[in-house]
Amino acid sequence: MIDPRSSVIVKRFKNIKRVVAVSSGKGGVGKSMIATTIALKMAKKGLKVGLFDLDFTSPSTHLIMGVKNIQPEEEKGIVPPCVNELAYMSLVFYSGELATPLRGVDISNALLELLSVTQWGDLDILILDMPPGLGDVMLDLIKLVKKIEFVIVTTSSQLAFQTVKKQLKLLRELKVKTIGVVENMKISRIQLIQNETEKLGFVYLTNIPYDKTLEDSIGDCEKLLATNFAKIIDENLIKKMGM
Amino acid sequence: MHEWALAEAVIVAASKIAAKENLKEITEVIIKVGELQQVEEEIILFGFKQLKTDLFKATKFHILKAKTKLKCHNCATTWDFKKENLDETTAESIHFVPEVAHAYVKCPKCGSPDFEIVEGRGIWLEKIKGVK
Repeated sequence: MIDPRSSVIVKRFKNIKRVVAVSSGKGGVGKSMIATTIALKMAKKGLKVGLFDLDFTSPSTHLIMGVKNIQPEEEKGIVPPCVNELAYMSLVFYSGELATPLRGVDISNALLELLSVTQWGDLDILILDMPPGLGDVMLDLIKLVKKIEFVIVTTSSQLAFQTVKKQLKLLRELKVKTIGVVENMKISRIQLIQNETEKLGFVYLTNIPYDKTLEDSIGDCEKLLATNFAKIIDENLIKKMGM
Repeated sequence: MHEWALAEAVIVAASKIAAKENLKEITEVIIKVGELQQVEEEIILFGFKQLKTDLFKATKFHILKAKTKLKCHNCATTWDFKKENLDETTAESIHFVPEVAHAYVKCPKCGSPDFEIVEGRGIWLEKIKGVK
């Protein structure tokens, strides 16, 4: 018996120019805020952008954007709804706000299902908000989506960066394109993360200072885009992503 | 028409197998669909009709249905999934992504949502026959 779903994924991604995963080995570093802000800022520039929340057990991009009362349409698969000028997809459309406990095999199956039935259409870029860790979603995506590139997020903490270092080395071993590292929630002027990143041979994309006001923007995209956080992403990060 | 995307996956997968096995024509395709996903047989067959290439001009498509068996990780109880026990919205959510069953279905004995889908999820290419 063969699971036919993986065969059609190349076709689903054929008209997407770039696929960028915003990822971190560690949780709580701000991946979802960064992924959402990158996507929103790129859409404001007139690019055709998709945002895919792949944190199946703890999705949060819908909360960041204040997505409510909207569902994908069914047309030769699932068509992501347009949210704040983004083609947007999340498991939350089907699980709602209920806890969805998924083991590894379920996560792989849910990913395969959504990759094979979601009709993204033409996109300049698809941003993937990744779950934390180096587990199933990351490994499955590397196997299934050959054009994937990674932006890795860390905080200034050694606790986060030690895991990120392992992730960077792993991505190199797997020969996956890594655009670079973002140091988020920076609270000191120490350049340790930058030095260590560059010593490993990776690009240090930017740092983003800890922004106390960011929490107030949750659920309001206009507020989010007006923050210093979003300004840094726009001016420093998106340019270095080549967009 | 979510089934259309799954039908397309079957056509692409079968075409790949045919290319690998040097089949000039595919005469029979047997697929198995799990009850959990509640796939509409007629829409799948319609999808095949719309999507088929010359390789499939004389293909007989057969759809087998598989019961969904669930097993609790907590107390090892096994039970059959029954669509009838769900409201329409929940059944539809599971139809699109079967794994979201973990948000709605609980073990009938201990109430745990931590269960395994032992069999009967999704769509499988069971067998293809062809002419070289």
